[in-house]
Amino acid sequence: MLDMYSGLRALRAGLDAGRTSPGELFAMCRNEIARRDDGVKAFLTLVDDDPETQRRLRGEGPDAGYAGYAADGAAREGEAEFASDGTAPDGRSGSAGALAGIPYALKDNICTAGIVTTCASRILAGYTPPHTATAVRRLAQAGGRLLGKLNMDEFAMGSSTENSARFPTRNPWDLERVPGGSSGGAAAAVAAGMAPYALGSDTGGSIRQPAAYCGVVGLKPTYGRVSRFGLVAFASSLDQIGPLTHSVADAALVLQQIAGHDPRDGTSARVETPDFSRGLTGDISGLRIGVAREYFSEGVDDGVRRKVEEAIALLAKLGARVREVSLPHTRYALSTYYLIAPAEASSNLARYDGVRYGYRAKDADNLVDMYSKTRSEGFGAEVKRRILIGTYALSSGYYDAYYKRAQQVRTLIRRDFDEAFADVDVIVSPTTPTTAFRLGEKVDDPLTMYMNDVCTIPVNLAGLPAISVPCGLDRGLPVGLQFIGRMFDEVTLLGAAYVYERAAGHSPLRPRFAPEVTGHGV
Amino acid sequence: MAFETVIGLEVHVELGTKTKIFCNCANEFGAAPNTRVCPVCLGSPGVLPVLNAEALALGIRAALALNCEVRASSKFDRKNYFYPDSPKAYQISQYDEPIGERGYVEIVVGGGVKRIGVTRVHLEEDAGKLNHSPLGDYSLVDLNRVGVPLIEIVSEPDIRTPEEARLYMEEVRSILRYCNVSDCRMEEGSLRCDANISLRPAGQRAFGTKTEIKNMNSFRNVQRGLEYEQRRQAEALAAGGEIRQQTLRWDEASERTILMRSKEDAHDYRYFPEPDLARVELSAEYIAARRAEIPELPADKRERFVRQYGLPAYDASVLTASRALAEYFDAVAALVRDAKSASNWIMGDLLAHLKVTGQEIEQVNMTPQQLAQLIGLIDDGTISTRIAKTVLRDVLEQGKDPRVLIEEQGLAQISDEAALRAIAQRVIEANPKSVEDYRAGKEKALGALVGQMMKETKGKANPQMVNRMIADMIAGD
Repeated sequence: MLDMYSGLRALRAGLDAGRTSPGELFAMCRNEIARRDDGVKAFLTLVDDDPETQRRLRGEGPDAGYAGYAADGAAREGEAEFASDGTAPDGRSGSAGALAGIPYALKDNICTAGIVTTCASRILAGYTPPHTATAVRRLAQAGGRLLGKLNMDEFAMGSSTENSARFPTRNPWDLERVPGGSSGGAAAAVAAGMAPYALGSDTGGSIRQPAAYCGVVGLKPTYGRVSRFGLVAFASSLDQIGPLTHSVADAALVLQQIAGHDPRDGTSARVETPDFSRGLTGDISGLRIGVAREYFSEGVDDGVRRKVEEAIALLAKLGARVREVSLPHTRYALSTYYLIAPAEASSNLARYDGVRYGYRAKDADNLVDMYSKTRSEGFGAEVKRRILIGTYALSSGYYDAYYKRAQQVRTLIRRDFDEAFADVDVIVSPTTPTTAFRLGEKVDDPLTMYMNDVCTIPVNLAGLPAISVPCGLDRGLPVGLQFIGRMFDEVTLLGAAYVYERAAGHSPLRPRFAPEVTGHGV
Repeated sequence: MAFETVIGLEVHVELGTKTKIFCNCANEFGAAPNTRVCPVCLGSPGVLPVLNAEALALGIRAALALNCEVRASSKFDRKNYFYPDSPKAYQISQYDEPIGERGYVEIVVGGGVKRIGVTRVHLEEDAGKLNHSPLGDYSLVDLNRVGVPLIEIVSEPDIRTPEEARLYMEEVRSILRYCNVSDCRMEEGSLRCDANISLRPAGQRAFGTKTEIKNMNSFRNVQRGLEYEQRRQAEALAAGGEIRQQTLRWDEASERTILMRSKEDAHDYRYFPEPDLARVELSAEYIAARRAEIPELPADKRERFVRQYGLPAYDASVLTASRALAEYFDAVAALVRDAKSASNWIMGDLLAHLKVTGQEIEQVNMTPQQLAQLIGLIDDGTISTRIAKTVLRDVLEQGKDPRVLIEEQGLAQISDEAALRAIAQRVIEANPKSVEDYRAGKEKALGALVGQMMKETKGKANPQMVNRMIADMIAGD
């Protein structure tokens, strides 16, 4: 019997065989949302399954968005030629129609024309963008059906989704626990079976960490693989859109659809989009897997460590050659990240000033007063904290000691990976040092909260692709195993993760309240 | 005490691209407020800038034309500040790696050539415009200009007088117009100038404290604003006072500079590399291609006009004021016997016509070939210079060939010896007094007879022939 844990190929096969219909799948999701989301609270906005919405998201019609930004065909006129000859955006192989008729949901920092996009922030309350993110347009063009927008830490800043201005989302495995963050709504929605897949964004682990906490697969593609056009910027040099799914194969299918150069994103890479399912052969004999001691520091829970070590042993048994690698600058990654990301954020978030859209404070005496009241009232504590840190790090007299220094260390971290990847094909580690913690447990202790991302942050600093896959339960809570790949080598990365996933047999991981239903078909 | 003035200019030039620097909006002046905007230039959440190739090409061309070294690798930075003219709250600019550096511009001053160093040329986006209500109770924001591509040209502090500053500005405008980089209209803001000025005791090396003057929106105002500030600083220093580092605004109406902000209020712009744009990497071929787009520049043209055509330096500088005018002259000069006659006709009657009609040379109803034909007809004696002036006016009005107009109106000079002789005979007989006077040695009397002769022929008689003929006939009587 089909449900949202069945996997995208099975859903597609069900559609092809006429055993279900797009409308029925959409209704099934809406049923699950009605049943589960009062407890989980993953969705901020629900979208109806009407053709108008789908059409607008595809970028068609007069109200589809601003002229010149409606369709891929309207590529930037005169785009700088020194970066020419990208892959055709629709030059995808092997997956045409794979997502047609299948519902999905989006983290609320991904813009959708005509549908409220708030970043779970008061400052963007009610904001309806005129443009659609390129990744979403590609899903819509592939026939995907948008279910709604998902909760998150405000502006993607946080590791628990408790920083949402609306409400915290809860972990479907234990409603007293956080789903992780910042894509907590996306991970929870997929884990709870309310959507077969979702798109999140990952700046320092914001896809992988919640995926680990919720027992789903979370993929952060290589920086530049997926267009950031329409992703509300947190830290531009680190942000990347990626899928949260129930399996590695599903992650490959979704990535196939959203990847590729975008003339509207100057940092989207002009590299070929391979067939990401190509590497899902089930054979990893001879694959060299690196284990970095630095990712197994004393901060890692024993339960998590045990599960990850079991996974590594399994990979070795499956034919991988496991060897130790060294990433000596890992210990500087957190402080490096907490300078670069806030610095970029302080500038990216400066546009929320109450002048043109979003929240505007009342009763301001003058322009500066309006700015400061609007921003004081509109942003939450964590966002303000990071804006302050970032502003400080960029200030005259401090720039060299903080921002510039951090960029230098970032280069060293990148170099660590370069050297490690001379000897191995993928690196494995825990995704997070612990399993999901309780709501409220860390909200007053930002530094401990930041430690959650210690295994994921170096990957963003280096721009590499990485994926978190479930590797079992520790005391009833999912544990995530992270695979890190070479730049633009998602094929090898997905291949390795796929072999593990199949051999380990954890996916799809169903929370207690969503047992597998057997019996006659839908 | 004698002071030396030190001036450096920051010139902003809007590039004449079809679209804005980071989005597809039209780059045009004068549209209704907020109609040339899109999510990208409005800084909507989630949008990204993409560099316009044409803006880059024009920027590089400009940097090369200003004799700069062009960086093979440069980058953009963010300049952060809160103001309603900037929807992103930062301006994308270039901080420490501009596209061009170490260039120069040569100006002609005091009969000699002076070289003014160009520190740097960088690319950036323009900001919007605020229209403040007269009562100061509100401001209207027009974001059409946001994202219009700009280059900023920073000069070395090599300028020593307000006049040099104006000449430098004029030369920069001329160069950039020659290169089709910008229309450089100060009145539309596509050429703007901020100046730094300081005084120091003559002979001292260290710079004095400078002030920055903004809002000098015409060439005349650049010179006048700087003259005012030069005088103000000199008086203050002479009185034993100090100059405070300030930003001032030139107020045209009151003809003085007004304080905008002092050094203590200076912004910390928190520059950092723009993460949304890749580095600009330029191949040697790319740079060579931009160099090849640069036409002969005004300084070279001036020099050539003097050398090749033997023109006076003054003529050369007038004729090279714009590329189109210079090319017009070049075309006429190539077709006539004496280039100076081409210069005289263009600088005289043609420029006067442009001034009266407010036209540009490009709009003129007379081709260089037509002007050359007219000059040729004077040279071969077909018409007199006086008739030519009339014909020129008619050509400009009707666009017909001079030859055709002369034919239609029967304006050809009468050079037929016999016909002229018969008329001359009549004139001599009818004016015995003048003949008498001339015989008595009054040379002027001949003029009166020639004048009569021209009147009889409606100006068509060949004046040289008439002069000679009447003198001969009187002498031969």
